[in-house]
Amino acid sequence: MLRRFRLEEPDSVTQVSELLGRFGDNAKIYAGGTELLLAMKEGLVRYERLINVKGVKGLSDVVVDNGTVRIGALCTHRQVETSSMLQQKLPALVKLEQNVANVRVRQAGTIGGNLCFAEPHADPGTLLMALGAKMVAEKSSAKREIAAEEFFVDAFETSLEADEVLTEIRIPTPGANSRSAYLKFGYLERPSVGVALALTVNAGTISDTKIAVGCAGPAPRRVAEAEALFDGKGTQEAMRNLPAAGVIAGRAAEAISDLHGSQEYKEHIVGVLLKRAFQSLVS
Amino acid sequence: MSKAMSRQRDAQFIPVSFTLNGRSQEIEVEPHELLLDVVRDRLGLTGVKRSCDVEVCGACTLLVDGRPVSACTTLAFEVRGRSVLTIEGLAENGKLHPLQQAFIEHGGFQCGFCTPGMILAAKALLDEIPNPTEEQLKHFMHGNLCRCTGYKKIIESIMAAAKRMRSKA
Repeated sequence: MLRRFRLEEPDSVTQVSELLGRFGDNAKIYAGGTELLLAMKEGLVRYERLINVKGVKGLSDVVVDNGTVRIGALCTHRQVETSSMLQQKLPALVKLEQNVANVRVRQAGTIGGNLCFAEPHADPGTLLMALGAKMVAEKSSAKREIAAEEFFVDAFETSLEADEVLTEIRIPTPGANSRSAYLKFGYLERPSVGVALALTVNAGTISDTKIAVGCAGPAPRRVAEAEALFDGKGTQEAMRNLPAAGVIAGRAAEAISDLHGSQEYKEHIVGVLLKRAFQSLVS
Repeated sequence: MSKAMSRQRDAQFIPVSFTLNGRSQEIEVEPHELLLDVVRDRLGLTGVKRSCDVEVCGACTLLVDGRPVSACTTLAFEVRGRSVLTIEGLAENGKLHPLQQAFIEHGGFQCGFCTPGMILAAKALLDEIPNPTEEQLKHFMHGNLCRCTGYKKIIESIMAAAKRMRSKA
């Protein structure tokens, strides 16, 4: 059962930002609604107004521009998973999106909404972090880029300012020798653990490693300390460093014990998934 | 003035013109009304079921412009200008859709509660992929739960319908 709310239907980012500024905590942006409406139905959050942003033009395109893949915040998961361009440029993201929830949720839910809602058990943020993504935040008077590492603050909390709107996700197009993978594991509806790995292999030497872990704790985290165990190493040496990297990544996940598993269990699974991700990229 | 009446006076009503099972409909909804409630309680089409209420089980699946949605978590105003198909609109001129026929012939249901959602989701699948592999079928139908059949008969039903629909096309 949903409580009554009023609906605002702006058609520009500036208007959205002004509405957010005017109504503050009493209003919330509504896009796909797949997560927000559930929380509202449960009575976990209550808003007097929802700001429907689906009428804002220009936020649902996927384009490659000057070495950057740009995904509009209103792109649905389904749009991402069926984009032939993304299949070619970022196959790991396409695979991740193919396995988000179910087809109905992917049809309605947007990638921007997913990131802004910052549900700890969401997939995309973790991989986007390993892909070096930046979030574009706009308000009436300004526009800035937020690195994925800076975007996720805590469970259900991002670094967006109260009147800022996420409009786009920018991902550097991976080079020819770059590879990336996202693996997740769980036995409930949402994953218990998600691990993303991106790296470049040139003539048997690894560089530009980026590792991120998610779902296990409050928010996705980058694991720079574990990356150092791969960068500049040959694939054999890196392989030998996998157990140590797994332990570091497990700790960095800030895993908590809950219905999705105990802290120790999740930390262990982080290591397992990191190893499998590495093996899938470097064989 | 009663509390209910004053609340009514402040309410926001959104005109919604849409197509329901091929016929145009004009209704007014409040922003918070859910598609599931409007279709079941206001329009009287009870094939669509409320079950998990959290977009997991698929019993409330409807097709909006041919794509499956969870009506339990879709705001009713969202169907403005769109075409909604419920299980009641699937048979044409009294003739069952091949999916409905196949579910009967292959025993694709027991209690039947998940069946409207199953069949509509399967229609969306076959409209997109007329000749799915079993893997593709399972992946697409992963969000529709049945607690009776163990799924084997459902998969057989959809595969049989796909074959029949291809041979007709």
